[in-house]
Order: sequence, then structure tokens, then C-alpha cells
Amino acid sequence: MKILVPVKRVVDYNVKVRVKSDGSGIDLANVKMSMNPFDEVAIEEAVRLKEAGIATEVVAVSAGLANSQETLRTALALGADRAILIETDVELQPLAVAKLLKAVCEKESPQLVIPGKQAIDDDSNQTGQMLAALLGWPQATFASKLVVNADKTAAAVTREIDGGLETIEIALPAVMTTDLRLNEPRYATLPNIMKAKKKPLETTTPAALGVDVAPRLKTLKVAEPARRSGGVKVADVAELVEKLKNEAKVI
Amino acid sequence: MPILVIAEHDNAVLKPATRNAISAATQIGGDIDVLVAGSACAAVAEAAARIAGVTRVRLVDAAHYADHGAENLAALVVANAPGYSHVLAPATAAGKNFLPRVAALLDVAQISDIVAVVSTDTFVRPIYAGNALATVQSVDPVKVISVRGTAFEAAGEASPVSVEALAAGPDLGLSRLVGRELTQSARPELTAARVIVSGGRALGSSDNFHSVLEPLADALGAAVGASRAAVDAGYAPNDYQVGQTGKIVAPDLYVAVGISGAIQHLAGMKDSKVIVAINKDPEAPIFQVADYGLVGDLFDVAPALAAALR
Ligand SMILES: Cc1cc2nc3c(=O)[nH]c(=O)nc-3n(C[C@H](O)[C@H](O)[C@H](O)COP(=O)(O)OP(=O)(O)OC[C@H]3O[C@@H](n4cnc5c(N)ncnc54)[C@H](O)[C@@H]3O)c2cc1C
Ligand SMILES: Nc1ncnc2c1ncn2[C@@H]1O[C@H](COP(=O)(O)O)[C@@H](O)[C@H]1O
Repeated sequence: MKILVPVKRVVDYNVKVRVKSDGSGIDLANVKMSMNPFDEVAIEEAVRLKEAGIATEVVAVSAGLANSQETLRTALALGADRAILIETDVELQPLAVAKLLKAVCEKESPQLVIPGKQAIDDDSNQTGQMLAALLGWPQATFASKLVVNADKTAAAVTREIDGGLETIEIALPAVMTTDLRLNEPRYATLPNIMKAKKKPLETTTPAALGVDVAPRLKTLKVAEPARRSGGVKVADVAELVEKLKNEAKVI
Repeated sequence: MPILVIAEHDNAVLKPATRNAISAATQIGGDIDVLVAGSACAAVAEAAARIAGVTRVRLVDAAHYADHGAENLAALVVANAPGYSHVLAPATAAGKNFLPRVAALLDVAQISDIVAVVSTDTFVRPIYAGNALATVQSVDPVKVISVRGTAFEAAGEASPVSVEALAAGPDLGLSRLVGRELTQSARPELTAARVIVSGGRALGSSDNFHSVLEPLADALGAAVGASRAAVDAGYAPNDYQVGQTGKIVAPDLYVAVGISGAIQHLAGMKDSKVIVAINKDPEAPIFQVADYGLVGDLFDVAPALAAALR
């Protein structure tokens, strides 16, 4: 079975972003970019399924600026077989990405699509669910365990929910979004980074896929959240209890 | 046009997050219908009918909504969406699961995790782990919105409105619940707790996590939370995780024990009223958001604090 893994290029999770002074957005100049961490988990899961002989091919897909190629090369270095870049400089929102991915799915016919549960820049947590809806496929979001059945027609997925865990069985093809506990992603080794340079990377566009990607949400302004005023250090437990009782009045 | 709020529940009890979503709907303005979809869930519909601000409750009772599978639930919401200007749900694990499906089937954007209502088409939502607040305007005919509970008061009680039964949609048969493993705890639920004691990697083991944090939580009548590192290491169940990709909390008092204060953790708790940090590293970033910081070894400080509070 073929697995499609959508990967997004985002600001690295270690970067503390700054809001532009004119309130138009986030300052991305000279900021370190990486693959969205949930997508690393997704690639890892797909590659493990291939190593286990369950998957036959892993295809990484990214939509966005030309430099998303770097993210796709990382996916290839981590074990994806080939990559597809949907190149556009339009700011893509989840619905548009889902429509692009749907078009790719119609061409590629994967049995499983594994997006991350959430991109750590827009924090939308939408794309996988939207893709599943557009395809009329089942979905298993926030996955912490995947077991594909022997004839590859269904899978059992354990999901992280409020209050604990739930296991569902979904018919394939399906969309499964990753949570952090699904696996621990490997690092790309130097030889694999070299090999990745020779793996196929095909480029297409929203127009070629026949998808209108015009944004539906207009960002009017981006602001910094209110900062907490600096607190104090207390010397010991006695002082802490006194402050909580008499100053903060929370106990 | 009226607003549709999708109730969250377990067929027996209405989840409090529904009340926060109703509050957000009240701020948008207009009549508010609440959809209760489930199985043998009439009690939930009755509870929803007594929430202030609600105009009408619409109840769909069928076996294939019992487990709130996203596919069936989204299809039902879409079938009943015509005539509504807004569709709202809590930004909980359940809301996040089905609501984007609704938006995609309606061919509209979803506005995730709103923290403020500016006007009927303009909302504020955090991005980049809460390090920025975006004000976004929707150009879509229907606004599909998930609501961050901590940003809106829970709607109170009022005299009951009518409950009207609606026809069920088909069972799409795309997925099936195999089972649930719910964390058993007598403590308050994290997102509704007034006090939270949260533990980090520094606890070192599941045994320590319990033996050090529980007496402190008991003394404070608190819920227990955790950092991702503590959850990943298996010290605490996954649904304890507070942060950008876990639960968002805003209690009156948040006590962070052996947590460094990574931006992803701060994203989930920095709107707490009072923050206490216990950490042996005076440079730990958690102290930048703490109202009261105590530099010290948690294995000494936490038991001493529990004893002092008893
Ligand atoms: C995509 C992504 C999503 C994430 N989502 C979340 C999230 O939702 N929530 C979250 O919490 N994290 C999240 N993280 C992880 C986050 O980046 C941090 O790694 C994590 O919060 C660190 O947990 P910690 O503070 O317990 O551990 P550490 O950073 O290791 O901190 C341990 C702290 O304990 C202190 N300490 C050690 N021993 C003692 C002692 N004896 N007494 C007192 N203090 C002591 C140390 O000084 C240190 O400050 C996410 C990361 C990624 C990449
Ligand atoms: N531009 C993109 N290109 C490829 N995949 C994407 C893109 N945007 C989002 N995704 C996928 O959708 C997931 C969830 O993103 P979001 O819905 O934006 O939070 C990500 O983890 C990716 O797997």
C-alpha cells in the first residue's frame, strides 16, 4: 500500500517568534525553519510501515514556497521514496491545502494519508480532518498507535482524547493525524541526506491541479499578547504560603 | 440568522466546555440553537435547555451517534446547517476532531480556537503557541468556529426552553469504536479546575510523580497536570499534558513543579491567574511568567509546601 505524508515547512519549534512592529504578521527574516514536528512523526510512522513490509511506497507532499523543497529533501532523507512540491506564493489556509492534497490523492490513490495533527505556526488542527471530509474517507485524529490489519483493508488506531485514550477501527483508505506519542522520529544521517538528493522530486502548481487556493480568512492584524508582569522570588515555603494567602488570596 | 452550537457530552452529562461555547455565541449575538446528538441522551438535552442564552435545543437520538464518531456527526451537522450563520463547538479533543469536517463539507474555512469575538465576522485567535494573536475576518457565508473555553465565561442557568427532536442521518459506517481507556481520577477535571499542580521531567519516575505531587494536590484540592516531557516519559497519562498541543488551562492557581517553562508549555497555562514555580534552576524560563518563584529542590519543597498547607 502507498502512503502519502503531507509535510509543512514551519518556524522551528525552538524559535520564539516576534510580531512585526506594523502588526502585519510574524517577522520571518533570518528565522530558522524546519519540518513541522508532527510531520516528522508522520514520516517516521510511514517509513516504519515500509520497513515492516506493510507499505510499498512513501510519498511526501508539501505545498507552499519553492523553499519547501528543503523540507521535502528532509523527508526523503528520513526515508520517503519520492516527493511532490505544490509550488505557490499564495498564503495557504487549511481548506486550500486539503483541496490540493485531495487532488494529489486522486492521482496517487494512497491507502493511507498521514498529516500531523497540527502545524505549530498556525495551530489550526484542521487539514487532515478536512482532507478526509473532502474525500469521504474515515479519519483517525491524534493517533498514538496504529495497527494495519493483515489484508490492509482496515486499521486500528488508538487516539489521544480528553480523558484518556480511545481505539477505533477505520476502513482504508483513510486519513490518520499524528500525535506526539505515536513514535520517536529518527534523525537523518549524512549518507541518507546525500542519497536524498538523488530521489525524485516533482513540482506542480495549484493551477495544474485545478484548485482555487484563495484565502477565506483575512488577517486584519497580528498583535503580541499581553505580557505577565514580572513576579517575585520567595525565600522559602513559609513566605510562599503567606503570599498565596494574604497577597494573592488564592488559598 | 441564528447560531448553532454543538453540545459536547457523554450521553449522560453535558460537558462544561459547551457552556463556554454558548457564551461566545451570546457575544456574537442572535438566537442560539444547541444541537445534542447522541444515543439515549435526553438528559443532556434537558441540561442544555436550561443554559442561559439558549433559544432552542435540537435533539438527535440514534445508536450511531453514541460514540460521537466524526464522520457521522459532521454529516449530521452539515445536513442541519442551512439557515445558520455560525456553527460553534468547544475547542476540545472532540470538537477539534469533527468540526473541520463540517467546515470542509460546507466549503468554508474554520476559525480555530477563538479567544475573542470582535464582530459577527471577525475573531481573535492565538497562533505560534500563543506568542501572537491574530485578528481574522471571514469572508465565508457560514462561520465555523471552535471556541477556547478558558477565554469565555461559562454560561449560567435559566428557565428551560423547548427541546425538539430531529431526524437522524444515515450511519456512514466508516469507523467503529473498539474501546476507551479513560483515566480514573477523583480529582477535578483539568480544564475546569480552580487549582492545578503540574509536574515535569524533574519528577523522574511515575512513582515520584504520584508520591510527590498527590499530597500537594490533595492539600490544595487541585487537579494534576504535566509537561509533555513527563507524559512522554510515562510518568503521567497523556490527557494530563498542558500546553500548545495538549490542554489549555487558566485556573486561579497553577503550581509548576520541576517544569522548565518551554514556550509550548507556557502556551497552555500562561493565562492562569496566579502562577507558582518550583525549580532548582534560578534561570529556568518558567520564572519569567511566575508570580511567585521558589528556587529549590522539589523533593524538599513540595512535601514541605503540602505539610504547610494542611
Ligand atoms: C511539537 C511540539 C509540541 C509540544 N507540545 C508541548 C505541550 O503541549 N506541553 C508541554 O509541556 N511541552 C510541549 N512540548 C515540549 C517542550 O518543548 C518541552 O520539551 C517540555 O515542555 C519540557 O518539559 P519539562 O519542563 O518537564 O522538562 P525539562 O525542560 O527537562 O525541565 C525540567 C526542569 O526541572 C528542573 N529540575 C530538575 N531537577 C529538579 C529538582 N530536583 N527540583 C526542582 N527542579 C528540578 C530543571 O531545572 C528544569 O528546569 C512540545 C514540543 C514540541 C516539539
Ligand atoms: N502547506 C502545507 N503543505 C503540506 N502539508 C501541510 C501544509 N499545511 C498543513 N499541512 C499538513 O496538515 C497538518 C495540520 O496542519 P494545520 O491544519 O494547519 O494545523 C500538518 O501537520 C501537515 O501534515
